[in-house]
Amino acid sequence: MSSPPTASLPDSLTAPARTAIECHDVHKVYAQRRKEPVHALRGLDLTVRTGECFGLLGPNGAGKTTTVEILEGLLEPTSGTVEVLGLQWGRHDARLRQRIGISLQETRLEDKLTALETVRLFRSFYRSGPRPEEVVERVGLTEKRRSYVEHLSGGQRQRLAVACALVGDPELLFLDEPTTGLDPQARRDVWEIIRDQRRRGRTVMVTTHYMDEAHRLCDRVAVVDHGRVIALGTPDELIHTLGGGHVIEFSLENGRPALDAARLAQVAGVRTVTFDGPSVLLAVDEPHVALPALMRHLDQAGAPLQRLTTRHASLEDVFVKLTGRHLRDDGG
Amino acid sequence: MVDNAFAQLMLFRFRSFMREPAAVFWSYGFPLILAVSLGIAFRTRPPETIVVDVIGSPGAADVLKALNTAGAEPGFAASIHPLPEAMRRLTLARCAVVVGVAGDGGCVYHFDPMRPNSVLARTQVNDCLQRAAGRAEVIETSDQRVSEPGSRYIDFLLPGLLGLGLMGNGLWGVGFVSVDMRIRKLLKRFTATPMKRSHFLGSLIGARMIFTIPEMAVVLLVGWCFLGVPIRGSLVTIAVVTFVGGLCFAGIGLLVACRAKRIETVSGLMNLVMLPMWLMSGIFFSTDNFPDALQPVVQALPLTHINDALRAAILEGATLGSMWLPLVVLSAVAALTFSLAVRWFRWT
Repeated sequence: MSSPPTASLPDSLTAPARTAIECHDVHKVYAQRRKEPVHALRGLDLTVRTGECFGLLGPNGAGKTTTVEILEGLLEPTSGTVEVLGLQWGRHDARLRQRIGISLQETRLEDKLTALETVRLFRSFYRSGPRPEEVVERVGLTEKRRSYVEHLSGGQRQRLAVACALVGDPELLFLDEPTTGLDPQARRDVWEIIRDQRRRGRTVMVTTHYMDEAHRLCDRVAVVDHGRVIALGTPDELIHTLGGGHVIEFSLENGRPALDAARLAQVAGVRTVTFDGPSVLLAVDEPHVALPALMRHLDQAGAPLQRLTTRHASLEDVFVKLTGRHLRDDGG
Repeated sequence: MVDNAFAQLMLFRFRSFMREPAAVFWSYGFPLILAVSLGIAFRTRPPETIVVDVIGSPGAADVLKALNTAGAEPGFAASIHPLPEAMRRLTLARCAVVVGVAGDGGCVYHFDPMRPNSVLARTQVNDCLQRAAGRAEVIETSDQRVSEPGSRYIDFLLPGLLGLGLMGNGLWGVGFVSVDMRIRKLLKRFTATPMKRSHFLGSLIGARMIFTIPEMAVVLLVGWCFLGVPIRGSLVTIAVVTFVGGLCFAGIGLLVACRAKRIETVSGLMNLVMLPMWLMSGIFFSTDNFPDALQPVVQALPLTHINDALRAAILEGATLGSMWLPLVVLSAVAALTFSLAVRWFRWT
């Protein structure tokens, strides 16, 4: 349920002493009229190092947005300690606001301003930062700088929103679901801006429910579910907690398999076993060893196969292993 | 200068207003059209002729001739109709009075005592017929007509329209815009920057006050140039009254919209606030028409005092010194509503 010991040791020795974000035992309870209060965060701990791209991965309703909005100083935690860039919300707000950049999950910018006018407006709030034209250039909107926001595509609007977060040259950039609803090319454009920011040595925190995005973009990922961090590490470390780099997924003809997990786990090469609805997921190191052994085992059990696939393990498999649910499941 | 946050916020308000044709129309076009159409409706013209129906009967032709040849002003437009049709025309207000001729030369007047023009028509018709039959006036009288600019209905109406514009544009211009930005999460986005909240709210009010200048000027200019409304007070006095009134309604607009999260909510609240002032603040008719029991309500409405002050300044040439009390009270209302709105303002 936490980061594996193997890879975190060298990491912790080489990591810079400074941390960008440090929060401990954060709870958030939303009181509701005539309803049970909603416990959105239940003791969340996070440490984000300076200069890394940190991903919060989790399904809708896991508490990702509540977490970033607390870190951004837009929400107050019910309890717990939060430190951002070594400062605290409620005491150093003015300084913090100058040093962080934020893109909210959904903001509809003013339709009747042009892209450049919008960036110039946001730039005017900060004491220092690049020229508005430079920021527009960085997000690839130079050609569209004179277009009204209402005439921009979804991807262009999202890049403009990110531009508004970059105008103060932030040490720490928060992006809440920056690619949700975008087409593949638009997503890659946003990723490129984030990578550029990271290359400049700046810290980025991004929330997403796309595991491929977390895998490609983030140095480290915290998997969040029901208001807690249930796994933390680099994407590869997390995948290795499955015990193997590959996944064999199969289902049987008579629906829900009457198979014993303990016996399956003893099949040669199988590291972990997860039941996911009618499917069985086996994490394996070497499919060419595990597959023949699995076939023999199923033959002996008298369970005919309906379907079998193999693939590289993903963060999705990590999530399914930890929660028994999929990332894209609604609710949580 | 243009890198300044407040200047950028003002530009932001200007651009989003000027680039929205509907907003510009409702602010400038609408009061203009209203003033022009009312001006046409109430322009000075000769008094209307009195429409009289005479019931078809043997003596009707004589009565008709007496009425239609009378030199009196206003003149009569008399015509003969059968009884049922004449009565129907009376109930439909197509004629003001119906005259029935009796066999002995006497007359019966059918009229509606609740309609002032019907009562007037009965008296005029009676006078005319009595004189035609030889009645002599007992005392000598003469007429002196008064229809100077400044005492006509349009003169009364125009300051009321200015007040109406101040109220509508102040409430909608500030209230609607803040709720719209709240729905867009633009307010939340702004609070996530180092932007000073006072700059934002100040720009909202400041831009609205600047938009008010042409709005007022257009109506005043049309009234003065085309409708002959006299401007007897100094423009400075009128500007100060307008400014205080505008601030007052901008503050109320901000307060009304400070919590609302939906356009429907804020529309309902706006109408709730505006309706009593539409009816009772003396826009279209004098507040004297309301009974004494309602006067405390009438006097509690800010628009009543703005309308009174505008009328006094425009029509009577009143000076600031004579209206300092209502202006101070209105300023206090503006300050109070603004500070409450700032305290309760929902940014997320």
